[in-house]
Parts: sequence; C-alpha cells; structure tokens
Amino acid sequence: MTSLTQNFNFAYLDEQTKRTIRRTLLKAIAIPGHQIPFGSREMPLSYGWGTGGMQVTAAVIGQDDVFKVIDQGADDTTNAVNIRRFFEKVCGVETTESTSAATLIQTRHRIPETPLQEGQIMVYQVPIPEPLRWLEPSEVETRKMHALSEYGPMYVRLYEDITQFGQIATAYDYPVMVNQRYLMRPSPIPRFDNPKLNMSPAIQLFGAGREKRIYAVPPYTEVKSLDFEDYPFQVETWDKACEFCGSTESYLDEVVTDNDGGRLWICSDTDFCRSRGKREE
Amino acid sequence: MITDCDEARLITMQDRLVPLLTVERLSKAYGAVVACDRVSLSLYPGQVLGIIGESGSGKTTLLKAIATHLPIDSGRVCYTSTAGQALDLHELPLPRRRQLMRTEWGFVQQNPRDGLRMNVTAGANIGERLMEVGGRHYGQIRQTAGLWLDQVEISQARMDDFPHTFSGGMQQRLQLARVLVTSPRLVLMDEPTGGLDVSVQAKLLDLIRSLVRTLQLSVILVTHDIGVVRLLAHRLLVMQGGQVVEAGLTDQVLDDPQHPYTQQLVSATLVP
Repeated sequence: MTSLTQNFNFAYLDEQTKRTIRRTLLKAIAIPGHQIPFGSREMPLSYGWGTGGMQVTAAVIGQDDVFKVIDQGADDTTNAVNIRRFFEKVCGVETTESTSAATLIQTRHRIPETPLQEGQIMVYQVPIPEPLRWLEPSEVETRKMHALSEYGPMYVRLYEDITQFGQIATAYDYPVMVNQRYLMRPSPIPRFDNPKLNMSPAIQLFGAGREKRIYAVPPYTEVKSLDFEDYPFQVETWDKACEFCGSTESYLDEVVTDNDGGRLWICSDTDFCRSRGKREE
Repeated sequence: MITDCDEARLITMQDRLVPLLTVERLSKAYGAVVACDRVSLSLYPGQVLGIIGESGSGKTTLLKAIATHLPIDSGRVCYTSTAGQALDLHELPLPRRRQLMRTEWGFVQQNPRDGLRMNVTAGANIGERLMEVGGRHYGQIRQTAGLWLDQVEISQARMDDFPHTFSGGMQQRLQLARVLVTSPRLVLMDEPTGGLDVSVQAKLLDLIRSLVRTLQLSVILVTHDIGVVRLLAHRLLVMQGGQVVEAGLTDQVLDDPQHPYTQQLVSATLVP
C-alpha cells in the first residue's frame, strides 16, 4: 500500500455511504430495471465523468477484486486510465486490461466483446437514467408512467424514426424492457451491445451520479429491445473487418488517419482486438 | 305483438335509458371562488350535451372535473363502462382511470397545441393512442392513421408532416382523429371551434356532427357560442357563476329562455 491510501478510507467513500449505496443496490437488484434514488456524493471528478459508476464501484469493490475500466471499449483512454489509477490509489487492488481476468468492470459506452461470466460484475456509467425524459419532462409524470407501465410514448419515438429514416435509427442508448416490466436506458452503449444485456450471467449495475439514480439487471434476466412486429430490432453490421485483428463480429470504430480522407476501421474493444491478434501470431 | 326484431330493438332502447354519465352535486372551489356549485347532470348514449355560459361561469372547470383532470371538493361523477359497471370516477384507482381515459374517453382541447404532440408527425399523433393500448405493428398503425386522416378530411399525403405545418382548422381536425382512433364512447370537447374563422368553424362543426352520428358518440361540449350548440347539441345546460341556471332541450331553451341570464344570452347573439 502506498502512503496515500492511509489518508483515505478504502475505496475513497466512507463506510456509511458505502452501506447506503449497497442497500440501494440490493433494492435495485430486487426490482430489475427500476430506478432507485440514492444520495450521490461529491467525487474528486466532475459530474458527467462517471461519478455514478465510480460510487457503485466503490461500494462493491473488495480487496480481492481484479478491476478493469473501459471507455468506449478501450482501456487506454483518458477516462478509463484515470478511473483505474484512482482505484489503484484508494484501494490498492489489482487491475487488468483482460476482460476474462477481471472480476469487476466499470464501463462507459460499451460492453466487452468477450462474453461475460458468472461472478463478474459490470458497472455502467449513466448520464441520464430516465428513458422517458425527452418525451415527458415531468419527473412526477414519468414515475407514474413507470408505475403503470405506460410506455406507449416510447413507441411514438420509434415510429418517428421509421417514418423519417425507414428504420429505427436510434443507434445508442436504445430503450429496453427489463424482465417484461420496467423500461430502462442501457446507458449510451451502441445498440450492437443490447443483445449482450439479455440473460447475461454477470451482475449489471448502473449508476447515475448527477441524476442520483441506481438501477440494476440481475444475472439471467430477460432484457428485450423495443421494436415493432414488422420492424424487428436489428444490430449494426459492417461490410469491413478490423484492420488489426481481422474480426468481422466485433463493433468497429471508424478512425480518420490523415487529412486526405484516409480512414481505418478497427475494433472498439482494445482487449478483444489484442487477444485476437496474439492468437493469430 | 313483439317479434324477435322488435325485441332486439327494445334492448338497445333499454341501453339508451341507462345514462352513460351521471354527475351528482359536483362542487369545486378555488379558495373562496366557487367555480362549480352543486352541479348535477346526466348524459345518455348517443347524446350531445352542450354547456354554455360566459367566461368564468365554471363550464371549463366542470368539464375538467368530469374528466378527472381536477380533484373535486364534493359530489360524484358516475360513468357506466362498456361492461355495464357503474364507476365512480373520482374513487376509481388511478391505473383503471387512466386506462379509461385512453380507451373509452376522449378529450378535445380548445387549443390543438395542448392536445397534439407538435414535434412528431401527424401519423404518430394519431398512432399514439393505438400504441398506448398495445399496437405494435408499424404497418397497421399507419394504415389506421391513414383511414382516420380520410375521416377528418386531411389528405393522406400529409401523414408524415408535422402538425405545426397545418392550418388551425386542420390541427383541430387532427386532434379529433387522434382522440377518436381508439373509438371512445364519450368525448369531452372544450370550445373545439374557438379561435377558428367562421367558414373553417362551419366545416369543423359539420364534421363533428357527422362523426357523432356515424360513430354514435356521446359528447359533452363546452362553448360560449350559441350557434355551435344550436347546431350540435341535443340538450343544453346554461351556467352562470358556477351554477346551472337552466337546462333542457336545446331548441326549447334557446327559443323560449326562462331564466333572465339565458334571455340576455340569447338576445345578445348577433343575428346576421
């Protein structure tokens, strides 16, 4: 342990706060997809940078955990590096970039390509937890709509997508029904990742720091993406393969390489890409 | 002698004798101001009830109280559902009430901006109630929306246009289609022709009249325009200062007004 850790409680938050968050998490897991309010604390990071996810992580992390952080699938971007370093400092836990070696994964905007396993915990950073927010500005009203399962207006949005673009054009944060009861925002993951939420063996926890909400999808829970009978839910596909590892099944990022219109298509999940590369060598 | 056919008609006549909606001694006050003072009325299936009165007479409050948009101080609003149950609306659990409002009831706002979603297309506006009651087939929703655009005399070519590109009269007709798409039995209208010019008003009234007849709607119509009630309403309620001062058949009330206020109201109407 470094000298720094002695000036902080384990995982930065005080024990009382961690207990309240754990209590909230238990409630969230008991009611899959339902948003539970919690007393979101100040973190040494501004709201909107993953404070919700960090508080959830702080509440569930233990000394034996192996911790991984991804941001848009990558382990080496600013947000991921900083959050990983932060927990290294305040917990002294082992960190990893390997999805299969990790027991706790905090993520922004992606679910790893490597299938999750039993015993793993996913923590999602959520900017706006309320799926009905842009349809109904009143919180009182949206809570009533959740309580009564009145999700018609959400379909109005999908209808508009089809009318304007010929398909459901919502590319990320694609609304899902959890356990056939609550409408949920899966956080801004691409809709490519939505099927991975369904019947996942891992525990999936969602934390929204600014909006002070926590929700969860317990293992092996049905998560269905909304769609119409004649316009079924579809994930994105590419007619290209990853330039580095040649994968055709993963989510690809378009990277502009120069000023002359040169571009690359590469895996957004860096760990997946690297491990595939190694296997082929 | 009663034949089978007569018997069938007798049953429908019997149905018509059970009021669809009964309001008993409904009171609603805003502080010291009594907006509705012990108002009672009943509405029978297929009937159009006009409520007329000057601004501030409590007619809109009455309509909102009937629609349970407002809590009431005392009294009862009793509705007979399709299943024949008598339901006290203000005592009904919220989920059941909201479900009724989406299926068997409709509310047409004075300002179409309050009744429409202005930032989604006309088709989605009509489809919303269908999707709320479980419509999950895009093609079918669109087809139904198209039929209703025809019904309210809006070209199907405008289905994918936004309501703010529509004229005032068209917006109001779109609102009608949006409400009528789930075939409600009871429609509440708050000054549906307010703010429209006379020729557009006439067209809209014509449309409402034919829809009421073909769909066998029961309507409560709030207005301050005597011409509108004369054209549409079977029965009439005159309100002043929160109280019903006169009630009866429309022609009877308008041709032979008994209450001084009604007399004043009728004589104040401009006759071109």
